[in-house]
Amino acid sequence: MSVTNPSETVAQATPDAPAVVPASDRRPRRGLLRGILGNRKAAFGAAVLLLFGVVALAAPLLAPGNPSLITAIASQPPSLEHLLGTTAKGQDVLALTMHGARTSLLVGFVVGAAATLVGLLVGVASAYFGRVIDDLLSLVTNVFLLIPGLPLLVILAAFLPPGIGTVVVVLIITGWAGSARVLRSQALSIRSKDFVAAAVVTGEHPLRIMFREILPNMASIVMSTFLACVIFGIGAQAGLEFLGLGDASVVSWGTNLYWASNDGALFTGAWWAFAPSGLCIALVAFALAMVNYAVDEVTNPRLRTTKKGRTRA
Amino acid sequence: MSTTPILEVTNLRVEYHGDNRQVVAVNDVSFSIGEGEIFGLAGESGCGKSTVANAIMRLLKDPAEVTHGQIRFKGRDLLALRGEELRRFRWKEIAMIFQSAMNSLNPVMTIGSQMVDIFTTHEGLSVKQARSRSAELLRLVSIDPVRLDSYPHQLSGGMRQRAVIAMALALEPSLLIMDEPTTALDVVVQQEIMAQISDLQRQLGFSVLFITHDMSLMVELSHRMAVMHSGRLVEMADAELMFASPLHPYTLSLMNAFPPLTGPRIRLTGLSDSVRAADGSSGSCSFHVSCPPDRANCSGNIPDLREVEPGRFVAEHPRPSIEGTAA
Amino acid sequence: MTTNTGQRRPRTAPIDDVSVRVRGLTKDFPLGGLFSRRSMRAVDNVDFDIPRGTIVALVGESGSGKSTVARALARLERPTAGSIVVGGRDVLKTEKSAASRRYRGTVQMVFQDPFGSLNPAHRVEHFLERPLRIHGKARTRQEVRRQSAELMRTVGLTEDMLDSYPHELSGGQRQRVSIARALAVDPEIILADEPTSMLDVSVRIGILNLMARLRDERGISMLFITHDLASARYVADTTLVMFAGALVEGGESLELMQNPSHPYTRLLLSAVPDPARTVRYDPVQRARLRQAVLAPTACPWQGADCSATLPVRHTVGPDHWVRCHLYSPQVSSATNPLLTDSDPDLESNLDAAPVPTRKAAR
Repeated sequence: MSVTNPSETVAQATPDAPAVVPASDRRPRRGLLRGILGNRKAAFGAAVLLLFGVVALAAPLLAPGNPSLITAIASQPPSLEHLLGTTAKGQDVLALTMHGARTSLLVGFVVGAAATLVGLLVGVASAYFGRVIDDLLSLVTNVFLLIPGLPLLVILAAFLPPGIGTVVVVLIITGWAGSARVLRSQALSIRSKDFVAAAVVTGEHPLRIMFREILPNMASIVMSTFLACVIFGIGAQAGLEFLGLGDASVVSWGTNLYWASNDGALFTGAWWAFAPSGLCIALVAFALAMVNYAVDEVTNPRLRTTKKGRTRA
Repeated sequence: MSTTPILEVTNLRVEYHGDNRQVVAVNDVSFSIGEGEIFGLAGESGCGKSTVANAIMRLLKDPAEVTHGQIRFKGRDLLALRGEELRRFRWKEIAMIFQSAMNSLNPVMTIGSQMVDIFTTHEGLSVKQARSRSAELLRLVSIDPVRLDSYPHQLSGGMRQRAVIAMALALEPSLLIMDEPTTALDVVVQQEIMAQISDLQRQLGFSVLFITHDMSLMVELSHRMAVMHSGRLVEMADAELMFASPLHPYTLSLMNAFPPLTGPRIRLTGLSDSVRAADGSSGSCSFHVSCPPDRANCSGNIPDLREVEPGRFVAEHPRPSIEGTAA
Repeated sequence: MTTNTGQRRPRTAPIDDVSVRVRGLTKDFPLGGLFSRRSMRAVDNVDFDIPRGTIVALVGESGSGKSTVARALARLERPTAGSIVVGGRDVLKTEKSAASRRYRGTVQMVFQDPFGSLNPAHRVEHFLERPLRIHGKARTRQEVRRQSAELMRTVGLTEDMLDSYPHELSGGQRQRVSIARALAVDPEIILADEPTSMLDVSVRIGILNLMARLRDERGISMLFITHDLASARYVADTTLVMFAGALVEGGESLELMQNPSHPYTRLLLSAVPDPARTVRYDPVQRARLRQAVLAPTACPWQGADCSATLPVRHTVGPDHWVRCHLYSPQVSSATNPLLTDSDPDLESNLDAAPVPTRKAAR
């Protein structure tokens, strides 16, 4: 009996469904990036984020000078000269918003990355080593989870010297535990797979197993955890600053809101003083959530909706 | 066993739509199952047999689609059923036991509540009546009715599979489709399950479509059998007859892939384990298992089933009257 | 395995004709929470040898503890008691906390699930490169590639598959890759934990033939764990039958299957689907047989209650032993109900399915 030349045949994915992956297109992760961009939700989200990123980077060019300087008549509604009006002090809201993007986005992403990283290290180590180390790390994680976030934020911020650094540190401390929990679960389920046992039997070093065998399979959940942490970073930062616990001299969306509230913008009906910053926060969070959905869909084919309509079958 | 067919599949064709290509999973498959008959469908993984079962149960989802053919059950066109009709027909007329069904029991519900669910939903019975029917059913599959209150993880693999069989038979369907009912069960339990099914079938008289890759298991149980390869049927005949004298070379090689339990140790050659493509259009024909080494005369046509004797079908090109290459 | 000088001994001059000697292997799994003292004995005092260059099959039901034996030998589980002697040394004593690299280069494992034993994030070449590099078999990229290609050829695959991802290969091909991975370290022993159970029946023979070839051509010893007696018979030199964590029968494969002695072995054999069987089984009688065999506190053959005294090994043939009181020298073959064909009561129980007996002519 002759044998079909394997290189001529096409891959099969499951016993039932013949694979639909063309032989030329073999990388399973070619897709994470391209898949995301191909997805409508993600494309929208990514576009919004890109827009904000560009504005943040270009703020010094678009609105030169220090936005906190008082340059105009106070509490002016939007006009041709000041597209978003002026604050109660007399600063240009548009400039404040654009410059605010820099700090808010930077802090958001730094907190997101750091919290995810800490959560990842704790979670994977917990899952890999198991037993005593797992118990210990889980205890620490649970303690941090149990401590009420906002009060902890408030206390830490009140005691530590004011400044952006404090905000970042405080947010990382309160933010890592949630991701650690999730990442540990995922790592545990991968740990129990035979290919990890096979790596152990081959003689692989534990660190290599954690980072080269377990971690690559967690790509999608790490990505979505990261995005969630960024949302947390931006939102919690704004919250802290609004309460006056951030560094009020820094220009960010949160401090804009703080000053707007402090100067009674709500009472005077000067919606243009707080609405832009608030909207920006909401929009960025929304865009990140969209990208998050897309990551889920790309990595879990069952969530995808196909282009064809319902058929007879 | 009467000869009135209760299920007739005619020229069934199921395709999967990919990003830029179409894969034919089931290609022009026709067979029928009579009342009270056990019909076995054998073949390797990926040959399309599960797809056939899913098509009959109307469980195919995007990207799979029935693009041609008919499925008639007791004379009714199954592919035309919709909505409420479809819902009523499923489980009451045809029931299915899926692969690893014992792992698809709801782990947070007791066996009893899952069975009661069936009765209260389909037959509108009261919970009390449903419970007593469920107890009867469990007794039918040799499980103590006290187990109605057990959770799936408290039962052994074999018991879970029997519970699944009981659930499938709850509404007394006329046809039971079993897709690899004994994978993940070891040999002793497997035998019990098969014996149980055989028993039940004799008692209740339903027909069975039995899908598996394990030929020896199938031959023991089935009345008639068909062998499937890359989406097409290559041989169909009475089970014992096919086992005694397989006509198609693929059938023969499938049967020879079993190491014997008695006799001397002989070296066997199994089937190649290279990946099989479901469509023959890529230029490398996947049906060459039946062809002579010299394929100079290959017409490129994939042979259809031909009736070589009453009730025996083989997929081969008509042999020329002179001794020549049968491609 | 090393000589006193620590050099790797050449394969052609073995000082010991046994690759692995297992004695008293026991594994208990704790049940319940952290402070519970209950435990389940998965492996109960198992003794066996794997002679060099042979395949030993370990057969039994799911849950009989056979996988645990393999995992203990692979040092993935820590045994509660017992010794594993490889190369003249009990590795459980010499390498107490973790297996040494040398051990990893001597004992390798192939797992049951072809879908789960290869990391979906890596290409096939990764699975072969790692062991080659870790154990110093290859240092440069070219060497790695060359040796990987060689390994692929040995297991019957092609070099271009090195660039494939696992999901692009069939189940049988994946198992071959797993075998290639195990071969990469140039092992002396391969533990194969149900390597064919999740493959199509028609594909199993290919893998079994490969295993036999590796034994014949390279002198690799194997522990072949399976619940399929036919596969065991096909490829294994010796077969051991395991039941509820203990070995109950063992011996040369053909002899054992020809004359199964322990009731459990007979049950197993009769359960293998065999279309050539002329007599159809009777479910009621089979249920009785199963009940009789699997509930040893009520052994139907009088005077042979295993719950009172643990049976020891008795020889029933050349290279064939069984642990069952019925075979002890005090019980003569005249009164041993398992050997007597004419006992009317037992006939209905045991001969429900025609197990090959010494009288049956085939």
